[in-house]
Amino acid sequence: MNPRLHAVRLGLRRGLIEFRHQMTSTQDVFFTVMTTASFVVVLYLQRDATLPGTDLPLAAATLPGMLGMLVPVTSMVGAVGMLSVEREDGTLLRAKAMPQGMVGYLVSRVTSLSLSTVVSVIVMIVAGLFLVDGLTGTGAGGWLTVAWLTLLGLLSSLPLGAIVGSLAANPQAAAGLSMLTVGGLTAVSGIFYPISALAGWMQGVAQIFPLYWLGLGMRSALLPDGAAAAEIGGSWRPVETTLVLVAWAVVGLLAAPPILRRMARRESGSAMQTRRDRAMQRIG
Amino acid sequence: METVRELPDGLDRVNTAAIEVRGLKMSYGTKEVLRDVGFTVAAGEVIALLGPNGAGKTTTIEIMEGFRAPSAGHVRVLGVEPIRGDERWRARLGVVLQSWRDHGRWRVRELLHHLGRYYEPYAPQSRSPFDADELIAAVGLTEQGEQRVRQLSGGQRRRLDVAIGIVGRPEVLFLDEPTAGFDPQARRDFHDLVHRLSDLDDTTILLTTHDLDEAEKLADRILILAGGRIVADGSPDRLSREFSRDAQVRWSQGGEHFVHATDDATGFVRRLFEQHGEEVGDLEVRRATLEDTYMAIVKREEA
Repeated sequence: MNPRLHAVRLGLRRGLIEFRHQMTSTQDVFFTVMTTASFVVVLYLQRDATLPGTDLPLAAATLPGMLGMLVPVTSMVGAVGMLSVEREDGTLLRAKAMPQGMVGYLVSRVTSLSLSTVVSVIVMIVAGLFLVDGLTGTGAGGWLTVAWLTLLGLLSSLPLGAIVGSLAANPQAAAGLSMLTVGGLTAVSGIFYPISALAGWMQGVAQIFPLYWLGLGMRSALLPDGAAAAEIGGSWRPVETTLVLVAWAVVGLLAAPPILRRMARRESGSAMQTRRDRAMQRIG
Repeated sequence: METVRELPDGLDRVNTAAIEVRGLKMSYGTKEVLRDVGFTVAAGEVIALLGPNGAGKTTTIEIMEGFRAPSAGHVRVLGVEPIRGDERWRARLGVVLQSWRDHGRWRVRELLHHLGRYYEPYAPQSRSPFDADELIAAVGLTEQGEQRVRQLSGGQRRRLDVAIGIVGRPEVLFLDEPTAGFDPQARRDFHDLVHRLSDLDDTTILLTTHDLDEAEKLADRILILAGGRIVADGSPDRLSREFSRDAQVRWSQGGEHFVHATDDATGFVRRLFEQHGEEVGDLEVRRATLEDTYMAIVKREEA
């Protein structure tokens, strides 16, 4: 029995168990339902509007953007939150105290966060099928692109979440940091209004980050080819999309392990106690 | 404490003590917490590490667990320098920290079973991980097996922590204040468990506690950490004799009660009877308790 492989298998198992815990927790389900519901409400309100200058339903253009946002937001905010909370409650230290425990821990987190992200994406698509005209016409190739982008989105966002979660001093700081990042990137991502309407420098900033490309990719999968005219350069730019997302994934996957290791090395019972004492002072 | 033995196949095998600490120093910034800590623990021994708050007990334990790098000194646990310990070494240790709130959503049995499996690849036939049910029974959580961890009471949660600490049948077990918050029954059950681990499994146990009664009951040997050094090291009985010979003698005479503190109780009582003979009643001689000894040692160190 190879111990590391054994721990990977245990991590998968643990990820599934904790995903089940999430699915049966009223609090978590409520959160997911609320997030999805808010998106659905937007789609519903847009049901009669069309994209200016076209006869394309506005909702059809919004949904791909939402999908493109859902993947990094769910996985990144989830990773940041989990890491910062689990550093404080001792889950991480427990993993550190067991043989190959950190391997099991990381695999389980990747598993459960990926599963919850995929579930959110599926819920959103199902809602879209009912609310958005034309979505039912998407072919197998389009859905395959959605799946591929979801995977790339996970690969590029989870390591970033792990890095932010490792660097944040406490869960409050972590939540603030992740909200700030996500909020800032969403504003310039072209998800809620066409990016071509933004100032040139903002377009440049948006195109550095994965969020814009995930939105663009999702639109290429779910919109008719003619809609590409509204994009930068009048093209879906599939090659650039893949290159940018893969680059983010590679950078994240290279940078995250040493940062995680450094964070884990510094974890100890007394470090945890100090953080908790500080947390109590904040409350008290 | 090392003996090198030549094996028939020509390999040197080093029989080391379970824990070996020499000249251990630890500073946080300019604050020196551990100045020169040294002690040895033989395999199978149960050691209680005592000391006032802030004396560095937790720091010492964390260094031995490999969670913290010492500033200087020689530390070996099962022959390995903790900060460089690999996963195989890790599998031979059990760790129970002061407080843990993790895995609240898991059910007790589910969690113990899952965590036990991490030790499977490392376990020799003779020391396979505990069966979850067996372990749950051993820490008295049979009725809570299907409960969620966050629903456990403080004492139950602590017993679960201990169960997780020993699920891999460790050769060395570190317990940092394991019985804080236990009621008397839970405390007694825990003491039985420690005795069982040390008797049946020959587990080496190092625990910190503030309960001197507990230390006296459980430990073969007591270490007192004060002022950044080990200031006392010996069996509870030996410590009492070595550090404080004071005893209290109580008696009654003519309807009145008397108390006298002396370092020669036997001589005092002999003279008492020589002088007053039949008049002496209700005689009671009480040796200094571990608590008296502890207070005397700590006070002397802090002076």
